[in-house]
Amino acid sequence: MDKTKAGQHISHQFNIELEEIRNRVLEMGGLVEQQINNAIKSLVEGDIDLANTVIQRDMKVNAAEVAIDEECSQILARRQPAASDLRLVVAVIKTITDLERIGDQAERIARMGKRLAKQERPKNGYHELQNLGEHVARMMHDTLDAFARTDTEAALRIAKEDLALDQEYDGIMRQSLTFMMEDPRMITRMLDVMWIARAIERIGDHAKNIGEYIIYLVKGKNVRHTSLEDMEQELQD
Amino acid sequence: MQTTLMQSSNTKTTETARKLSDEKECLKVNNLNLHYGDKQALFDINLSIPEKRVSAFIGPSGCGKSTLLRCFNRMNDLVDNCHIEGTIEINGENIFAKGINVANLRQKIGMVFQKPNPFPKSVYENVAYGLRLQGERNRRKMDEAVEKSLKGAALWDEVKDRLHDSALGLSGGQQQRLVIARAIAIEPEVLLLDEPASALDPISTLKIEELIHELKQNYTIVIVTHNMQQAARVSDYTAFLYMGKLIEFDNTNQIFTNPSTKQTEDYITGRYG
Repeated sequence: MDKTKAGQHISHQFNIELEEIRNRVLEMGGLVEQQINNAIKSLVEGDIDLANTVIQRDMKVNAAEVAIDEECSQILARRQPAASDLRLVVAVIKTITDLERIGDQAERIARMGKRLAKQERPKNGYHELQNLGEHVARMMHDTLDAFARTDTEAALRIAKEDLALDQEYDGIMRQSLTFMMEDPRMITRMLDVMWIARAIERIGDHAKNIGEYIIYLVKGKNVRHTSLEDMEQELQD
Repeated sequence: MQTTLMQSSNTKTTETARKLSDEKECLKVNNLNLHYGDKQALFDINLSIPEKRVSAFIGPSGCGKSTLLRCFNRMNDLVDNCHIEGTIEINGENIFAKGINVANLRQKIGMVFQKPNPFPKSVYENVAYGLRLQGERNRRKMDEAVEKSLKGAALWDEVKDRLHDSALGLSGGQQQRLVIARAIAIEPEVLLLDEPASALDPISTLKIEELIHELKQNYTIVIVTHNMQQAARVSDYTAFLYMGKLIEFDNTNQIFTNPSTKQTEDYITGRYG
């Protein structure tokens, strides 16, 4: 909080507006986090009602994006923010785009979960998807924490975590391919599993993007499309 | 297609990341201290103004930005009790040196003020005035110079049919552009603009800003402005002054997106210092 020095503007109203968009991003983030958790839960437990709830609530995520977007445009038009204020508004606009896409992936997981729930369940009960999903849910939680505290170190840890998630995803893909080769009757179900794994992996990528916007917000440096080493280097400068 | 795209994005990068150290220097200020009587107004200023670029000075009232601007063509000579140490070099020559002819210096370094101050003469005579002082008698040459300057100041189309009407009949924005035409008629190297648009309406302000953009092809421009958005719009480089000290001087993009000092940050974001 201190790092962006909010709370010291000469214009009190401007302070309120900036604080407001920060809070609304966190609120939207909380909603998205809940969507991920519920989507994974509905999948693992084969809970069709919960899946339907997730699908319906995606509307709320979309509406939040539109509303925050609108507020940011108004701040840009009326306040012409500069320096860290400008970076906050830019970071918020980008963050909500990624949050909205995470919401879409959660909805996708819920839809495919519904389809899987109608089929025969494997013995392990989609254990690997549960692990991957819980992994990404933790990442998401850390990302929102990092945003709230404008913590660049945490943002870097998220980028590292995304690499681990990618490896876990690769593992699931290999395993699914093996199942499909062993028993062609598994192909339909395994394709769904692969799509779900893919959706979870994409959520990790979006979380990593948000981490990068946090670094931009705090340091004013663009670390997108750079390696982890370069990112670490930039943070030390 | 791929390569052209790459190239254009590359040039864009260099545009935004243009460095002060790569620029050709036009004016150089060394260890400048200025006192009005007992009160010190400028403290040990060092900076170099790049050639054919727009440099803006921003800072709160009384921070010394106008004082610094007025040093460049020795306008402070007219102020009693004003005492200056240090040097300002234009193309390597110290403007405070003994042998300097101040009239010649002001011919090289023109100035435009906050309020338009045309002479109570015709539009034509206002622009021709400096040339007449320089001893120009040839009518045809004079006509050409007047037209060229008025075109340069983006005013020609609006006044070409009323060149011999009084300049005081023009609007504020037109008068300000006339004063700029008068300043560029004698072909200076540097133009100093002290709040050139603060007394103008938004449309005239935009015209002046557009004009500044045109003028930097040929002139080095230094502008003092209270309007930070204006500094952000028109300048290539921005200097932030505070309490007589130069706090930061850098690429304008850098200053307005990621300034390196907290004082600059606080000022441009409108926070308490």
